[in-house]
Amino acid sequence: MTESKSIPIGGRSGECPFGPAPELYEAQKDDELHRVKVPSPLLGEFEAVVVTRYEDVKAALGNEQVRMGGSMPYQAGNLLSYDGADHTRLRRMLTGSFTTKRARELRPTIESIVESALDALEETGRGSDLVRVFSRPIPTQVICALLGVSYEDREEFQCRTEIMLNFEVSREEQMAEAAEMEAYLAGLVARQRERPGDNVLGNLVRDRGDEVTDSELVGIANMLLIAGHETVANTLSASVALLLRNPGQLAVVRDDPSAIEGAVEELLRYVAPATILPRQTAEDVRVRDQEIEEGQLILASVLAANREGEDLDRLDVRRPPQRHLTFGYGPHQCLGQQLARMELRVALPALLNRFPQLRLAVGEEELSYRTGALVFGVNALPVTW
Amino acid sequence: MRIEVDETRCEAIGNCAAAAPAVFDQNDDDGTVVLLAASPPEDERDQVGQAVRRCPTSAITLHEDAR
Repeated sequence: MTESKSIPIGGRSGECPFGPAPELYEAQKDDELHRVKVPSPLLGEFEAVVVTRYEDVKAALGNEQVRMGGSMPYQAGNLLSYDGADHTRLRRMLTGSFTTKRARELRPTIESIVESALDALEETGRGSDLVRVFSRPIPTQVICALLGVSYEDREEFQCRTEIMLNFEVSREEQMAEAAEMEAYLAGLVARQRERPGDNVLGNLVRDRGDEVTDSELVGIANMLLIAGHETVANTLSASVALLLRNPGQLAVVRDDPSAIEGAVEELLRYVAPATILPRQTAEDVRVRDQEIEEGQLILASVLAANREGEDLDRLDVRRPPQRHLTFGYGPHQCLGQQLARMELRVALPALLNRFPQLRLAVGEEELSYRTGALVFGVNALPVTW
Repeated sequence: MRIEVDETRCEAIGNCAAAAPAVFDQNDDDGTVVLLAASPPEDERDQVGQAVRRCPTSAITLHEDAR
């Protein structure tokens, strides 16, 4: 195995933050899998085998012996904390709530949430930060709807989420907020136990109330909040940033409803917010013709895999359907992907139609990107119209 | 054309139901695939092709026979 240098966990290029770090392209060209050192703010420095080719990432993520293992901290009810039969049990309780049909049924709710965000943007006025006023509230409110958070509680829920997921506040503050959120969710679960509503938690209580514990329900709610917020919010912001610098493509997204599905897939491919998916081998495994020993950490580079091929470093919303691994692959593939697609398909054209003259309120060089974070995006996006 | 679905592979992602809603649905209970039409009409061919390609676990096979 080729010994390689250190790559930052975000794995993005210094020159163009949307692109993969050069180390990832080098690894992709090499037939041999690279072992890398990864400095991580949360985990300290660790060593992992990085997988960058499309077929290799698929093979690794689809391999039964490639698991979450110890690659992430444990949290009851969070699907990423489980493997094998335990994982399947929990996941199967949720898949019925995340079908394509459910995403379609939620469309009117999403549309109304998007309209409110657009109203808020108009109210805060020219120069507003799209990230704070538009991109973050939309997925948060969708999750509120999914979890049955009452209307009175939604604003508070929003604020808590902001602080909880803000890596710029102190760790103590973050943890304090996370503890308060957990207490809130425990209350929410208790209310759903008493009177199950028509939402993910309520449906679980109603259909499988005696199979699932309260602590699992709280964990599920927390997971949906974390998994469904950062990813969608950052894809929204990054997509707007990309479209603003590609006005021809922006016009497609704004004006052509028949093109939106393909455009969203291309944006998902290109942005790849969950840049790197960590795993751990439960046994010795082979990827292509190479052995990875048991217990080894693996980093699957979704970003690099999505770029493997002719002309794929370019955004093109008119591109014929191009495969991508943005939602991962294998048993842990994104549960909420149909919902995520629906949110993007609704929010992006709505924004661009409400503000047809949308543009950056600052110079492009002033934008700062979350290249060091686990979920990539832009820190702030001041816009005007 | 004839469609074969391997239910043991189905992970309930739902790309098939999105691509070809006249041919595939998802079960309300756990979202796994429901084949609505094993031998759909020719005008569904494009949609079925998309469903086959977009299934993340390769659970759908398209046979060119009417058996």
